[in-house]
Amino acid sequence: MRREVPLMITGIVGIAFVLQYFIPHWPFSQLNTWFSDWFSIISAFAIWLGALNLMKISFQKITRKKSDWGYSVVIVLSFIVIAVIGFYEGESFREPGTNFSWLYEFVYTPLSATMFAILAFFVASASYRAFRARNLEATLLLVAAFFVMIGRVPIGDNITSFLPENYQLSQVASWIMTFPQTAGQRAIMIGIALGLVSTSLRIILGIERSHLGGGD
Amino acid sequence: MSIRTKEILIAGIILIISVIVYLGKVYDWFGSAQFSPTLSVIVIVIIFLALLYILIRTIQGKLIDRRTVFVFVGFAVVLPFFMSITQNIRISPEVQQVYNAMSTLQPGSKVLISFDYDPPSAPELQPMAESFITYCLSHDISVIIIGLWPQGPQQANLALEIALENEAVKAKNPQYGINYVNLGFQTGNEFVIQRMGTDFRSMFQTDYSGRHYDDIPLVKNIKNFSNIDYSFNLSAGYPGTQEWVQVAVDRYGLWMGAGNTAVQAPMMYTYLNAGQLEGLLGGMNGAAEFEKVCGITGKGTKYMLSQSFAHVVVIAFILIGNVAFFIGGRKKKLDV
Amino acid sequence: MEHVALWVGAFLTLGIISFLYKDNPWYKLSEAIFVGISAGYWFVVLFWDNIYGKFWVGVFPSDDSGNAPDYWLIVGAVFGILMLLRLISKIGWISRWPLAFIVGCTSGLYLINYFSSNMMRQVQGTIIPLLGTSFDLPVYDIIGNLVIVVGTFTGLIYFFFSKEHKGAFGGAAKIGIWVIMVTFGASFGYTVMSRMSLLIGRIDFLFGEWLGLIK
Repeated sequence: MRREVPLMITGIVGIAFVLQYFIPHWPFSQLNTWFSDWFSIISAFAIWLGALNLMKISFQKITRKKSDWGYSVVIVLSFIVIAVIGFYEGESFREPGTNFSWLYEFVYTPLSATMFAILAFFVASASYRAFRARNLEATLLLVAAFFVMIGRVPIGDNITSFLPENYQLSQVASWIMTFPQTAGQRAIMIGIALGLVSTSLRIILGIERSHLGGGD
Repeated sequence: MSIRTKEILIAGIILIISVIVYLGKVYDWFGSAQFSPTLSVIVIVIIFLALLYILIRTIQGKLIDRRTVFVFVGFAVVLPFFMSITQNIRISPEVQQVYNAMSTLQPGSKVLISFDYDPPSAPELQPMAESFITYCLSHDISVIIIGLWPQGPQQANLALEIALENEAVKAKNPQYGINYVNLGFQTGNEFVIQRMGTDFRSMFQTDYSGRHYDDIPLVKNIKNFSNIDYSFNLSAGYPGTQEWVQVAVDRYGLWMGAGNTAVQAPMMYTYLNAGQLEGLLGGMNGAAEFEKVCGITGKGTKYMLSQSFAHVVVIAFILIGNVAFFIGGRKKKLDV
Repeated sequence: MEHVALWVGAFLTLGIISFLYKDNPWYKLSEAIFVGISAGYWFVVLFWDNIYGKFWVGVFPSDDSGNAPDYWLIVGAVFGILMLLRLISKIGWISRWPLAFIVGCTSGLYLINYFSSNMMRQVQGTIIPLLGTSFDLPVYDIIGNLVIVVGTFTGLIYFFFSKEHKGAFGGAAKIGIWVIMVTFGASFGYTVMSRMSLLIGRIDFLFGEWLGLIK
């Protein structure tokens, strides 16, 4: 029963979602409403699971005094501070002027934005060290990247201002994005869609069971 | 002096300078720092000569430390803020397509804007949001704002603040609830879009401030997407433009344009080409182009010089690495 | 308070940036704060928006909302609690039920959405009149349409690994990989643009909002 019940749930829910696309009336419309509401609630608990698991691991690190356990204390304290403030401030926790919004705007936002922003430096460094036109394919990649990067900023047209308008770098970049890039993206998109459709069908029909995990 | 001591000393000096500059900002000791055109050119020449030096060193087989690359990227991004160089921004066809779509909207049309991003993506998407809302409100086009990301409606309020300061918008005197409304965030990702296709009200029973749906003149007669004249999606990931296209456009026939971060914009060209999207703004250059076509000077335009310099520096490093690679390879062949 | 806010934001921003020099305690502290705050942020948001906003308000609506209680939401909450039981290893197997529900939902939804939008509409978009419906397209667009049709077709051929890439099939796959390389190059260019944009945003904060050097 430990595997049969989940397989049944997956099958019933999956089929209901497929059918509601074609029959958007009762009972499938009602099932759609119920399932989508339950999905929202369960996904919230799934994130809670992740957060609580993080706390569990951090506590274990602290109690066993593993290396850098001090930073685990910081993780736990940060979590507790924002959680307590967020729950204390009630439904309007998000309003401007609340402590939660202060933490969000001046602690969370700078940190997450900067985490992504420093990737800019690593992209440049990696390009310098590793991006080599060793063969035809790599050369094509490099040339396309060159035209797109320089053509999508105004400096590209400044460099090629002596050329007729249709041959300036911005037009070349536009052509690359509109035609060959679209063709490649479309091939990838169709390929992914085919794979996804077949995997979804296998999951709904119970042939694919990897999402249930191993063991019993 | 040990390396650790030197590091702490340098950090201390930077801290002291920061405090002085900050106090200068608070007490207005300095004016705005701006390079003259001559100084801007000198700075560019110095950067160019430094890149030339790196090229020579790399050809000699001495790859520079990655921290030097970081310094170059840092200068490429920071220095243009102080330069007085204007650039001519050319409008790309997909940006023009968004503008053309909006130009066909009559006064009183209803536009649905979905804010599906958070503050880290704001440098790219916020300028798009500001210019889009400014255009709508200055042309008597009503704006209905929703968000599938929790921070989206907050970003929308920030964009509304900027738009409402625009002179052309002020002249129209837009009223909340009549000309624009923020219905807030709704959890559920693509399920929200699906439910909106049949019943708007079931998803947004109140607006961002708690006012009931039926008490808002702008939306009380909106049943589903067929009552929306045009939609614009600002997206930084999931849920975003792809979900809107899959559900709202393909299933319910919504007419939609999109603004995306540059990371996911290339994928959206397939939707654009297939006619599923009516226009696309991609990344910061898309934002700058849209500002230009709307006749607005915003942050997108302001940031483009830094963007240009940064791209040139990255390309320069790629070329330097490859030139050295090819020359190095040829030298090895000659030696053999 | 604004001064404190700006200095806190700058301290944390520079802490992350300090990693560019080398890994150091300042970066590790900023990173630990980020991990804790992120987890806590989503913990709170999902509680108020989903668990309270959807479940509690749905089951116990206020009088002035005019809505009837929706007791079916309790099923969702029960599934959610079963999900949390994953933390207890002895009875963690029960979390497979809500997980199966999530997988079923996404499978059913994606099967249709991806089939329709990412496959059929894309195939439809590739079947285009190469010369235009009135044979009046400029050369630029004709070549472009040809590139789209040939590029999409050969790209798909490249991804077909059930047949050996030899002969004419191999030649087509070769063209396909060239088209895909152009796609990856363009994506790389846009990725660089995106990362630089985020960095520009942070620099604007540091030199504009914090230090006031950029007006």
